[in-house]
Amino acid sequence: MNSPKAKVFEIKGNLENFLFVLPALLIFSIFYIYPFFELINLALREWNGVDPVKTFIGFRNFLDMAQDTVWWNSIVHAGYITLIALTFQNALAFALALACDREIKMKNFYRVVFFIPPVLSEMVVGYIWQWILDPNMQNGQYVGVLNFILAKLGLLNLIHSWLSDPNTVLTCIAVIHSWKGFGWGFIMLLAGLQTIDKQLYEAAKVDGAGAWSTFMNVTVPMMLPVIMVVVILTILGSMQAFVLIISLVSQGLAGYTEVPVTEILGSMNGNKQFGYACAQAMVFGLILVVSSFLLKKVSDKMKQA
Amino acid sequence: MAATQYKAFDFFKNIFIHAFLMIVTVSCLFPLFWMLRCSLMSNSTVLVDKSIIPQTINWENYYIAWTKGSFGTYFLNSVIYTVCVVFGIVVVSSLAAYAFSRLKFPGKDIIFNLFVAAMMIPLPGSFVPLYVLMTKLHLVNTRIGYILCMINVGLSLSILLLKTFFDKMPPDLEDAARIDGCSKLGIWRHVALPLARPALAVIVIYNSLNVWNEYILATLLLGERSLMPLQRGLEVFRGTYQTDYPVLMAGLTMTALPIIVIYLLMQKHIVKGLSSGAVVG
Repeated sequence: MNSPKAKVFEIKGNLENFLFVLPALLIFSIFYIYPFFELINLALREWNGVDPVKTFIGFRNFLDMAQDTVWWNSIVHAGYITLIALTFQNALAFALALACDREIKMKNFYRVVFFIPPVLSEMVVGYIWQWILDPNMQNGQYVGVLNFILAKLGLLNLIHSWLSDPNTVLTCIAVIHSWKGFGWGFIMLLAGLQTIDKQLYEAAKVDGAGAWSTFMNVTVPMMLPVIMVVVILTILGSMQAFVLIISLVSQGLAGYTEVPVTEILGSMNGNKQFGYACAQAMVFGLILVVSSFLLKKVSDKMKQA
Repeated sequence: MAATQYKAFDFFKNIFIHAFLMIVTVSCLFPLFWMLRCSLMSNSTVLVDKSIIPQTINWENYYIAWTKGSFGTYFLNSVIYTVCVVFGIVVVSSLAAYAFSRLKFPGKDIIFNLFVAAMMIPLPGSFVPLYVLMTKLHLVNTRIGYILCMINVGLSLSILLLKTFFDKMPPDLEDAARIDGCSKLGIWRHVALPLARPALAVIVIYNSLNVWNEYILATLLLGERSLMPLQRGLEVFRGTYQTDYPVLMAGLTMTALPIIVIYLLMQKHIVKGLSSGAVVG
């Protein structure tokens, strides 16, 4: 095997093997790795997207960002949506998964139905809900079906311009986002529940543990890894949600519906500040990486305990 | 006595659970039903008639959306993009995954970890430098530019899923093919790919949903109407048909229906892919 001929043969074989990954590596380098470094490069420059000159300005984009209250508010808005998704959406998903983790009729039917909203696009979901929430009136009747039902039920004080009232718009967005997203968590949590050994429940019963104590001492600890994955995916998904907002409120309700991604888009397309847009993207990306990394650390600690 | 009490409790518990599940089911289906219902009404009745089943069915909205709303063009574009991107991803990712799992070459681990890292690190706003790059390459407003970008989007996860699958596959059949004188490419094409069909099904469905529903790159890269896919077309369409809800709902139905049908046909694979995604994550 050590003859020079064998060596040449081996190198040729390695090269041939490398050709298998070459297409993937090329596409990945051009469309992922290059933009990654270009993002960092542009974040340090001032550029309107057209000029041949991209002026190097050091960290000025980041200093400007520190004083950009609209930008920080947009992160707060995304945080609010994420908070509702984490609590309301995930609690709903967990409750549904628990309800389906038993011998129950129509289990498959529920499973299929709950995953329909997640396969729809945010555009479609946004436009359907906008129509349902339409606040207008025609011939003394509400056009949108939600206000119409509220009127029929006599709940006149609940009738609302849901998407144009600053007090309700972000909550509406968060709830619709949760409506679209709970099916993901449901499927993952149900898959996790079904891997728990049923003998553990039997053992807890023999020890005289009640339903609540079994849930807290058997189900939750066993589910911790899956719960952590769902939590991290919920945070990443909700912080970056924006198509739903574009489709629900199109131009946005200035000051109330900005989220980081729409801000980055606005800096790029609206204000033609490509450098600033990249700096925003960098900071936002770092926030996401650091928070999911910290969560992973916390969950590893909890696993050991 | 205690046993009957227990049974009664169980009975009410079951009713309660079913009621809960039913309420959520209705909340999932009602918006879709409402979309379908309103797409079959006329513009004058849709605003005032709130009966569950409309009195007169009006199919004209679909025709208007398809022709005047250019929905035919958007639909065709979406089909073209989805087919091309998914085909590209299947070929490129299965080649790479096969090599990562079975073949030897220098730098293998580094390159593989690069793909895994890319999947873990969220890159919001990467569309800014990507748009700059595409402008430089003169690929803005071209089909191929959008297709290549979208292939990249689905690449990492597909490679990871396929490699995990290949790792678990026994190599006996491949060894037999090698002894019979089959080339490496031949083994990939005639042995590995057919065996990997379950994993490929997951990849095809997952990426089809992804491409069909993609919005942001389509918006940035495809400004010409003749090139727009459905999600971007919907927005343009909404601009022109702002007040015509039935036609808009017909457009939404046409956008959502293919994906719902595919989902219902293939839902087992989707659930499987999702669960394995959870394990990977």
